[in-house]
Amino acid sequence: MGSITLTKVNKKFGDVEVIPSIDLDIKEGEFVVFVGPSGCGKSTLLRLIAGLEDVSSGTIEIDGQDATRIAPAKRGLAMVFQSYALYPHMSVRKNIAFPLKMAGIDKTEIEARVRTAAEVLNLTDYLDRRPGQLSGGQRQRVAIGRAIVRQPAAFLFDEPLSNLDAALRVNMRLEITELHHKLKTTMIYVTHDQVEAMTMADKIVVLNAGRIEQVGSPLELYQSPRNQFVAGFIGSPKMNFINGSDAQKYDADTIGVRPEHLALSTESGLWKGSVAVAEHLGSDTFLHVDVDGIGTMTARVGGEFPVRFGDRVWLTPEQDKVHRFDREGMAI
Amino acid sequence: MAREVTRSQKTTITIVAWLVGLMIFFPILWTILTSFKTEAEAIASPPSFIAFEWTAENYAEVQERSNYARHFWNSVVISFGSTLLGLLIAIPAAWAMAFVPGRQTKNVLMWMLSTKMLPPVGVLIPIYLLFRDYGLLDTRFGLVLVLTLINLPIIIWMLYTYFKEIPGEILEAARMDGATLAAEILHVLTPMAIPGIASTFLLNIILSWNEAFWTLNLTAANAAPLTAFIASYSSPEGLFYAKLSAASTMAIAPILIIGWFSQKQLVRGLTFGAVK
Repeated sequence: MGSITLTKVNKKFGDVEVIPSIDLDIKEGEFVVFVGPSGCGKSTLLRLIAGLEDVSSGTIEIDGQDATRIAPAKRGLAMVFQSYALYPHMSVRKNIAFPLKMAGIDKTEIEARVRTAAEVLNLTDYLDRRPGQLSGGQRQRVAIGRAIVRQPAAFLFDEPLSNLDAALRVNMRLEITELHHKLKTTMIYVTHDQVEAMTMADKIVVLNAGRIEQVGSPLELYQSPRNQFVAGFIGSPKMNFINGSDAQKYDADTIGVRPEHLALSTESGLWKGSVAVAEHLGSDTFLHVDVDGIGTMTARVGGEFPVRFGDRVWLTPEQDKVHRFDREGMAI
Repeated sequence: MAREVTRSQKTTITIVAWLVGLMIFFPILWTILTSFKTEAEAIASPPSFIAFEWTAENYAEVQERSNYARHFWNSVVISFGSTLLGLLIAIPAAWAMAFVPGRQTKNVLMWMLSTKMLPPVGVLIPIYLLFRDYGLLDTRFGLVLVLTLINLPIIIWMLYTYFKEIPGEILEAARMDGATLAAEILHVLTPMAIPGIASTFLLNIILSWNEAFWTLNLTAANAAPLTAFIASYSSPEGLFYAKLSAASTMAIAPILIIGWFSQKQLVRGLTFGAVK
């Protein structure tokens, strides 16, 4: 249960083509993350799968059945929204029970399933509260509770952690990952945060302007990005791109070097520059260096690196970690 | 920076507000006072404000001369009937406009509102003829129908404004949770919009209760509500101010009481969406 196949899925809003044509295979039990900059069509794609938007052409199959024209409720999918979308006039208990009530399940069964979900999500003490009396994290858990009681074929998450503060976001990220291990149900997760994508996904789908740029495991995308867009999007801080004669030395139009693959020295190296900003995080140091003839490059050094604004430094890329791109931005 | 208001400014504003309030309320107060005067005192010049001989005989006479209870009941049936029927039509209409708007939704809304700008007398003849031909003259059903149509644009507009405030994601969540359209409106939308629906309901009760143009023109005896009851006291025999005032007081009392107790809802309804 829970395989989803998109074939030539296209979506237009009036004359605007948001998704030109997408083919995608999601296997049963996979944790798939759609990632991309805002406006890239990732949420639209999720809503097409959910059935909240109709496809303009193409087909969506769920567990081998054509679901393209099936109503959202009949697709066997559950969705968690960015704004939680809880029913403010219902208690937590009623919120979680709502999909079961709509499915016409009998009361004792509903009560049992709600209790189990509440236990899994640590919500037992809050069952009689209204959503307005809960914190952001608790509300998100209620939204997840409402999704899991249905025992859906797949979960759809639409940027579920965006409204939470940074610390809570890390916690919830772990909780959702654990939930996936526990339930082993297919999950599709939309985010613009590549850290969430890298840490949670079995498979990442990188989207840009409605097109799939690359599909692969987090490390595949990190190690062998198919093009310059993926190379720049995955990884934090961003990959440095260098054009011109320095790139030609590598027989490419553009080369890319990740900040963590630059060796730093105060004495010698390949590229010379001066420190513009030094960010000392304790565990790492991020240096933004104005390199002569190239521009600003970011370098990441483990631990403390004692430099200050204006200091001269040399940067040298690890030769086997240099990514090469052609004129179209495709990896060579 | 917060704007500073000095104490003297505050006092002035308070006095002005009270004066304006009294000015608006004065006609009602005067009507109530006059209803307790004799006919002679009612037209005395200069008029006495409180120092007159208080009498309740106007009320007794009004009761005797006409059937207040029947008019009252007609008003109740007409105003509640038209408001409920209006809500029944307006809730799904406003739902559609707020949550599945089409290209023409804004235009439809404006067009509906524009019908309120038409002077009612402009359509009096056609409506009168229609009512005559279909036997709707002087029937409560006819009035319910016409007042529903008259107030529908306002009901839809008010509900539309309320529904717009409800996040669409919550309704989408309901759809994902398996709610049918009816269940979505019944279990999710309506409970969330109860305050809005309540104030729309109240405002429309008041509007229909006070409506005089259609109720006077389309009724004679059977379906005549309280507006017709008041009007019957400006008779060919001349004006009887004291009795007219007594009749008016009796006619407006119910709605005044409802308005008084629900003013919080009403103000909220009328200013809803003005400040986010």
